[in-house]
Amino acid sequence: MSDRPPGPPSAPPRSAGRRTFLRSGAALMGATLTGAISGVRRAFAQPAPVTEPLEVPEWTRTMGRPIPAEMYGLPSKYEARVVRRRSDVFVNRQNWSDWSMSPLQYQHGIVTPNGVFFERHHAGTPSIDPERHRLVIHGMVKRPLVFTMSDLMRYPAVSRFYFLECSGNTLTDWIKAASTTVQQSHGLLSCAQWTGIPAAWLLDEAGLQPGASWVIFEGADGAVHTRSIPLQKVMDDALLVYGMNGEALREENGYPLRLLLPGWEGNVSVKWLRRIKVVDRPAFFRSETARYTDPLPGGKWRQFSFVMECKSVITYPSGGMKLPGPGLYEIRGFAWSGNGAITAVDVTVDGGRHWEPATLEPPILERCLTLFRYRWRWDGRPAKLASRAVDSTGYVQPTVEELARVRAVTGFVQHHNGIFPWEVKSNGEVTNAVA
Amino acid sequence: MPSLRCRRALVGLVAGSIALMTTAGLAQEPQVGRPRAGFGRPITEQAIAPWNIDIRTSDGAGLPPGRGSVAEGQKVYEAKCIACHGEKAQGGSMYGTMVGGINSFMTDRRILTPGSMYPYAPILFDYIRRTMPMDRPGSLTSDEIYAVSAYILFLNGLIPETAVMDAQSLPLVRMPNRDGFVLDDRPDVRAVRCMNDCPPIGVARR
Repeated sequence: MSDRPPGPPSAPPRSAGRRTFLRSGAALMGATLTGAISGVRRAFAQPAPVTEPLEVPEWTRTMGRPIPAEMYGLPSKYEARVVRRRSDVFVNRQNWSDWSMSPLQYQHGIVTPNGVFFERHHAGTPSIDPERHRLVIHGMVKRPLVFTMSDLMRYPAVSRFYFLECSGNTLTDWIKAASTTVQQSHGLLSCAQWTGIPAAWLLDEAGLQPGASWVIFEGADGAVHTRSIPLQKVMDDALLVYGMNGEALREENGYPLRLLLPGWEGNVSVKWLRRIKVVDRPAFFRSETARYTDPLPGGKWRQFSFVMECKSVITYPSGGMKLPGPGLYEIRGFAWSGNGAITAVDVTVDGGRHWEPATLEPPILERCLTLFRYRWRWDGRPAKLASRAVDSTGYVQPTVEELARVRAVTGFVQHHNGIFPWEVKSNGEVTNAVA
Repeated sequence: MPSLRCRRALVGLVAGSIALMTTAGLAQEPQVGRPRAGFGRPITEQAIAPWNIDIRTSDGAGLPPGRGSVAEGQKVYEAKCIACHGEKAQGGSMYGTMVGGINSFMTDRRILTPGSMYPYAPILFDYIRRTMPMDRPGSLTSDEIYAVSAYILFLNGLIPETAVMDAQSLPLVRMPNRDGFVLDDRPDVRAVRCMNDCPPIGVARR
């Protein structure tokens, strides 16, 4: 996949005149800052004025299309590359317990559009009739309750922005540069505005019995995916979600109802939610013993490692892109933390020897993607870019070297929140610079 | 003590609210916190039973009646599981091995199987019942699930060929990785926010 850098959605036609203008403009800007080096390579010159008359293309000389037959709008056909991508670095031999990844390199702003929001499922995506769907709350409660979707949607609602990241995000790239693009390395990450009901409200209505301390959440899909969650988290900020970015959940993201546990690994936010059972201890399901546990030195496994710790990645420039020449670039990307808000992001262009603070773009919300921007004048020499985030607990995003010192990096290792480098070669090509 | 001005403002606010309530019928509901809704309907545990399938795997609470032997399990396995998981659960067209790996966790190539990884044997029953076979989840009888669990445990050398698994015997199977887990103790690294003359970004080594 050879990606050009993302342009504005309404980029004018790429005429020869415009390209020439951009190239010579970039050359001038590069030359101004790093005169000595650039001066050898290219002469100082004002870019030649555009003399070719601007095009009046056919779309200005004809009528557009009327309201289309399909009343749900789709992106321009020129944006056809902005799609989810099935996991293809780690390749599953079947397509029912699988995942697909978000094209972060093309995401403008902190909200991931629903059609490209990453998804992972364990027995395919079910198509659930909301009229027939039910949510049950039982176990250590005084009054077991059942809800229809209409019941749930009648409650006062809350809408909150939260990121969602799979525990396995970046797992292919611990020790080698396996991924080409940021979609492959970090695309199990997305962010949305979620609408639903605090789970605590319904648990309070059901009435917790003494001794209640864990809660089992279970999906209605063919995998009947399930996890045990500490009651404290559920009462704290768990949401029962039916809305996502202004519309109903997409089927692949849990339609008609899912759990959302802010800041925690994606798989605990059980999709297609059908059952909540209050208990006094975890069930130790396969999904919290044989899977979603992290190898540690000494043959051990870390269990119930729910929080996605502070992490960041540069999405532009990123792997698979090619910079057209020296000059100004805005390095940008996302930072997020399951433990709170992002307080700083630093950027390096020399492989970590020196760092400078990036600008954080508001809103800066807890457990939400935060956009960072850093203006960089590339001199045309090879550069190694990376970002490093700090969160409101004071935690500084570590290097993989630091993580590997205390964890066992062997096999299918989750919870990779290490600093991730991209190399910009002198010809402008951007590649994965892990190891 | 609130100041006089404060008290006046408060009195005004309360008076205003009363006026609003009486004239427009507003502000009777608390505007934050749990609403007085109660839109759920009561339901009996009997009605929930078809969905109430979770097993407390550490002691087997919730395991249903039924039983299955290793030999019966082999028959079920060869009819319904072998296509994806392969001969003798050693890996097939879709998935890797479900046998072996015990003692592999001290090496740098950990092999994850039910035998090596599960801390409690009833996880087999819970997981098979919830998910298997993948193209017809939930279609196995309890006897068949006990039997397949027995067969997988036998192939992993954890029970004898003559064993029969049921709600009493399955939780008693001692799994090698029972004490292999530690609770989340992160943050496990404390990185420093170095800005100048820092060591270059390191790499992870096995």
